[in-house]
Parts: sequence; C-alpha cells; structure tokens
Amino acid sequence: MAEQVLFLNRQPDRPLTFDEYRQHSGYEALITALKRKPEELRQTVLDAGLRGRGGAGFPTGKKWSFIGKGQPRYLVPNTDEMEPGTFKDRVLVNVNPHLVLEGIILAAYAVSASKGIFFIRPSYEMDAELIEKELQVAREAGFLGENIAGSDFSFDLFVHRSAGRYICGEASAQVNAIMGKRAHPNKEVHMTDEGLWGKPTIVNNVETLSCVPHILKNGPEWFKGLARSEGGAGTKLYCVSGQVARPGCYELPIGTPFSEILAEAGGMSNGSELKAFLPGGASTAFMPKKFYDVQMDFDPLAETGNRLGTGAIIVFDQNTCLVAAALNLIEYFARESCGFCTPCREGLTFIRDLLWRIEIGEGEEKYIRMLREMSDAQSHSYCAFAPGAVSPVLGLLNHFEDEIREHLSQKSCPFAGPGIEFRDSLIRLEKSSGS
Amino acid sequence: MSALPAELRQELEQEIAGSEHPQEQVINVMYALQKHYGYFSDEAVHQAAALLGLTPLEIEELATFYDFIYRSPVGKFVIHVCDGVVCWMFHEGSVFDYLCKKLEVCEGEITADGMFTVLPTACIGYCDHAPAMLINGVFYGPLTPDKVDEILEKLRTEHCEPVICR
Repeated sequence: MAEQVLFLNRQPDRPLTFDEYRQHSGYEALITALKRKPEELRQTVLDAGLRGRGGAGFPTGKKWSFIGKGQPRYLVPNTDEMEPGTFKDRVLVNVNPHLVLEGIILAAYAVSASKGIFFIRPSYEMDAELIEKELQVAREAGFLGENIAGSDFSFDLFVHRSAGRYICGEASAQVNAIMGKRAHPNKEVHMTDEGLWGKPTIVNNVETLSCVPHILKNGPEWFKGLARSEGGAGTKLYCVSGQVARPGCYELPIGTPFSEILAEAGGMSNGSELKAFLPGGASTAFMPKKFYDVQMDFDPLAETGNRLGTGAIIVFDQNTCLVAAALNLIEYFARESCGFCTPCREGLTFIRDLLWRIEIGEGEEKYIRMLREMSDAQSHSYCAFAPGAVSPVLGLLNHFEDEIREHLSQKSCPFAGPGIEFRDSLIRLEKSSGS
Repeated sequence: MSALPAELRQELEQEIAGSEHPQEQVINVMYALQKHYGYFSDEAVHQAAALLGLTPLEIEELATFYDFIYRSPVGKFVIHVCDGVVCWMFHEGSVFDYLCKKLEVCEGEITADGMFTVLPTACIGYCDHAPAMLINGVFYGPLTPDKVDEILEKLRTEHCEPVICR
C-alpha cells in the first residue's frame, strides 16, 4: 500500500478521536510552529510545492504570500465540494477531523488570520455536525480561541452552513455567500486584499490545508519526495467512481498513473470495459483509452490539454453513451449557472438543447460545428465556471466525434437507450414545441 | 402576517445581535424560518427581512438562489435525489422515476398524506455509493427499489425530526 499521509491511521467506520490524533503527535506541528515566524511557515509551504487541491492547483504558499496588510484577516476553509464526482473532503473530514483542524489553525497563523469560517454544503450536514463537535474539543484543549497553546496567537473557527449551488465553491462567490449576498463571483477585487467584509481573506480547500501539518513536521523535501511525477509534490486523494469494482477515495502519490489508480479501485466492474474517464470531476474533459497511463498531476494533465481538477476520476464503460453523459453534465451546469453573465447563462442552455436533439436522433451535421463554436465562446464568460462546464463537451468533440456521428446517421442513440429520462430538457422541449 | 412565536423570535434576535456582522446570519435565519413554517413562505421572507434589516427583495434574491431553501410548500420529508453523472450512470430503473411513481407525485409536489416531496438535486457527493439520495441531511445509497421502499416505510412509521438542515 502506498504511504498514507492524510489517511494515516484511518479507521474503517469512524473518525479518529482527538486523543488518538494527539497520541500520534497530532497538534505537535502547531505547537512547534507557534514558536516560529508566520513568514517562515509561508516559505516552508512554498518550498514544499503544495498546490491547491480544490481544482485550480494554485501554489498555496504563493497565495498566502499575497495576503494584504489589512486587519482583521480571515481564513475560509472550503468544503463546498460540489464538483460532481468529488467526495474527498467529506471522506477526509470523517477520517481525521483534527488533522483538518490543525491544518486550518496553522494556515491561520501563517497569514495572521483571527477568524475562520468553515464553509460546508448542505448535503454534508452530518459532517457539519461532526466538525462543530470536534471544534469544541479542540477549543477546550486550548488549540482554538484566545492564546492558542499558550502563545500570543488567537484564532477561532465557526461553521457556515450553505444552502446549495455549485458556484459557491468559487472563492469570491463563497465570500459573497458568507456575507449574506447572492453568491456571484467577483473578479474586481483580490480576495487576499478585499475579501470577506472587505478584509484580507484566504480561501483554501481542506485537503490542501490538511497537508500543512505534515509539511511542517517532515519538511519540504520529504513532501516533494512523496510525488510520482516530476515537479509534483505530496499525495493526492483520488475519488474513483463510475464503472469500477471498488469505488472510493484512495490516497496515492500525486502523479500516479491513471491505470494504477484504476487498479487500486479494483479495476473495471464486472463485464465493463474502459471507454473514457473524466480525470478531475465534471468540469474536465473526457479522456479516451489512449491516456490510460497518463500521470494524474497538474502539469502532466495540462500537457494533454486537460486538468487535474479535484482529482475525481469518473469511469465510463463501453455501454454508456457519452453524448448522453455530456448532456447530463451540461444539464447540471446549465442549472447551476448563477446567470450573472450572458455567455454562460445563454450558451450552456444552447449547448444542452443541441446535445439533447442529437441524443434523441434529431441532430444535424451542422450541430457539431455549432457545439464547438458555442463551447469556444465560453472563454468570454466572466468566471471559470463556463469554460469548465464545456470541458466535457470539448472532450466529446475531440475524442468521440464518431459517437456523435453515429447518433446523426442512425437518427437515434446507438446505445440500448440511455435508460434515463432527461426530465428537464424533455419538459422544456415539449413546452417550446407546444405539444 | 402571523407573528413568530416569541421564543423563536428572541432566539433569532439574539443570534443576530451576537453576530459580528448580522447579515452573515441570513442563511441560518432562513433555515430556522423554513423549519418553523414548513417551507420558506412569503411570511418568512418578510420576517427574515425585518429581523435582519434587509429588504424583502434582498431576501427573495437569496431564497430563490439556493436549492435547499424551498419557496413553495413541501412535504415533511424532502427527498433530494442525486442526478449527478455518476448516479445517472446507475440509473437503470431510475430512482427518481421510481419514487415519483411509488409516491404518486411529480417533481416538487406533495404526497396526499403531506409526508414527501421529491426533488432532483445536484451531485450530493456520495458518488462512491451511487445511486444516492439525501433526506433531511441523511444519505442513503446505493439504492435499489427495495431499499427505497424500506426507507419510505421507516420515515412513515418512526419518529423523525422533520425538515432540512439546522
């Protein structure tokens, strides 16, 4: 088994307790770090090459170094995790809540934040309750609140319960959501200068933050040495789902080839053959079998024109229609679009209708060109949502155009039928045609 | 407009007063009022606005944005069925359609006994147990028609705390 870092001492059926975590030198990294200067911590994390695990892959130490001079400063641990296929943060919080908390407190110290807002999606209510309970345990042990572990540093953490919507995962939208505003993204200001309540704010994914105690304990070279890819650093929590024998969340060295991650998940499920996979959630592009050995890290995937995203691998087999799968994905994004900018609001619904017509056998040759044009046009949208949303469509066009053409020539879906009804599209199409 | 029970009003006023920035309480207030009214009613919109010093329009633009705030009446239990791509893959005999047929409702309607509403929902992050659904903050999966029957029966007969997040 690969070296377990974030999942060290993982129990099959329950979270590790505070006492268990302490027995395995939990919170020791914090106690030691509080004797160092915050800028030293930032440098160590920068040297370790840690990159954001929430999807964007931005160097964490660099993000921290941008923190503005204003006070108070805020830290927002992000557990919105609404990228379809992604469930690593939920698993992580349930494996070792205190590792997550120690990572948060360390990050807060590194950027001199005095308050943290733990952002949790509504479908993780059970985890919100767990975190609140463990927060109190950490508080009573003196690791949260005034003068943490006897130092001059004070920081406290509170849970923010969200009420849904994918866009809340975007840092500036998340900050708006916490402030009780409609969660539109805001590209006019830098979160590190004018974030929450107009003050310097760092939004970090919780998997990212959970790497920090280990980096401080073992050093940047050790962290880099964990990776399989050149220039990579650390381990990665890969979520594997779809047509595999053992779907689940697996911790492996970052840069582990797709083929080995698939093997870790027990290979394909019975009777299934690999046709395609999404490497990092719904906003990445379908990859065909020829990428079987691609290294699952930020740079190797960028070289193929794709993204690691959240590292949520969704596996599709020979019996799954990829036009229908792309339709499902775009259906999701069209619904989740905040509607603030035109390319995203109008373009995604347009793409959805084209895919729908192709899927039900009413497609035309020109739709292929129209799909590409409209997908490319998403680069004009306001935030990263729409370019992500059309990634699977572009993957379909780039690697599975034959499958689209089969729909066109047969005037029906070549698969035994999608086995599902696209209720929303169906109802809307029926209404618009007046039937 | 009927007044809120004094106890709930006081509790919310205290939470808001104790908050560094009152507006950050808005979702908590919406959840609390939703729990009280059974859904986020027109009355609730005005109550929330008055409590937080916002306009009803500001509350409305939030209420209509979030999918876990229900602006129309819902059953005691809201069944959020995941329609993410992974659950979709295992959709043979669709859980959603099965639930609608079984409960004799369309999307968003309330069953005759007032117990259930079925809604399609964005990926709920339970892809390793697909197909999955969420009822009052609790996950169920992987689902089969038999399991769905069992869960409905349990919710009908055993005492469960009604409606939604905290």
